[in-house]
Amino acid sequence: MPVKVRIPTPLRSLTAGQSVVEVTGKDIGEVIEHLEKQYPGIKTRICDEENQIRRFVNIYVNEEDIRFKQGQATVLNEGDEVSIIPAIAGGADGEVRRWPA
Amino acid sequence: MDFTEEQVQRYSRHIILKEIGGKGQEKIARSKVLCIGAGGLGSPAALYLAAAGVGTLGIVDADAVDLSNLHRQIIHTTARLNTPKVESARETIAAMNPDVQVRTYPVRLTSANVMEILTDYDVVLDGSDNFPTRFLINDACFFTKKTLVSASIFRFDGQITTIKAHAGYPCYRCLYHEPPPAGLVPSCQEAGVLGVLAGTVGILQATEALKEILGIGRPLYDRLMIYDALEMTFREVKIHKDPDCPLCGKSPKITKLLDYEQSCTI
Repeated sequence: MPVKVRIPTPLRSLTAGQSVVEVTGKDIGEVIEHLEKQYPGIKTRICDEENQIRRFVNIYVNEEDIRFKQGQATVLNEGDEVSIIPAIAGGADGEVRRWPA
Repeated sequence: MDFTEEQVQRYSRHIILKEIGGKGQEKIARSKVLCIGAGGLGSPAALYLAAAGVGTLGIVDADAVDLSNLHRQIIHTTARLNTPKVESARETIAAMNPDVQVRTYPVRLTSANVMEILTDYDVVLDGSDNFPTRFLINDACFFTKKTLVSASIFRFDGQITTIKAHAGYPCYRCLYHEPPPAGLVPSCQEAGVLGVLAGTVGILQATEALKEILGIGRPLYDRLMIYDALEMTFREVKIHKDPDCPLCGKSPKITKLLDYEQSCTI
């Protein structure tokens, strides 16, 4: 089923600047796989080598953090909106660290 | 506390709000707020808190004013280039509101000095620019039971939440357990930031601080507010208290302050 995924600023270089993209997937795991197919390189920004979502990246279905649902097995329903939200650190000098490659 | 006639006039538009009143303004006048960073976020936050009549404002920043700061760091001026930011901030605050006592800390926060600096304050505003400092401040506020208003900005995006982990709400580590590991961060760069974004988010921080001092409204204790300046949207997501949180969870692994390696080595 197609769902909307909100892409954070640091990853928009991979989605041709789009802040919201549409991909299909019955759960978050599938959404990540399909994102990678459509936008190669995006998965390594979200997941580590063991396919776990990185500790400084959170994924939400609507307002809920998937860590407190079923993680990557969290099932998506029609109309759900997925958001990828990384920790950001800028504040004083705007000199912020690049998202890990 | 007795306000002078001048003070009554200065704060009159606060005092006539029933949510604040004379009593609320007294609370503000007695309050002590620490701003970490006199940069993009700290500049507008400190200015508005000073204007609001916060009794004591502490400012922590080890840097000097640079020309590239001035497109967003509105507490500083062109004439004060190369002067320490804490001194520049002190001058602007004194000119804005002489009622405010300013304490300056021209230092970088470390595990060795953070507790001593925090001790005196009621509310802490994190406007720092790096992950090690953010985690250090979160942990120190938990240990010292201080309310922390944490915000950060990146290009066109802002995030803000209010952390009161000592009262049972989630902490920053419930949201993100750890900073990105140093080895994964290839380099530092000036990523750029929309100047006015710092103003929007810094002022939201000041708003949360005042609500906390006054005990009014609905604070962001278990919510992360995400502002997208390009889309002009505010969205919020829930923050859950994480039972596995290494700091405030059921079996905490972090029982003292840690000094993380700076992510940037260049």
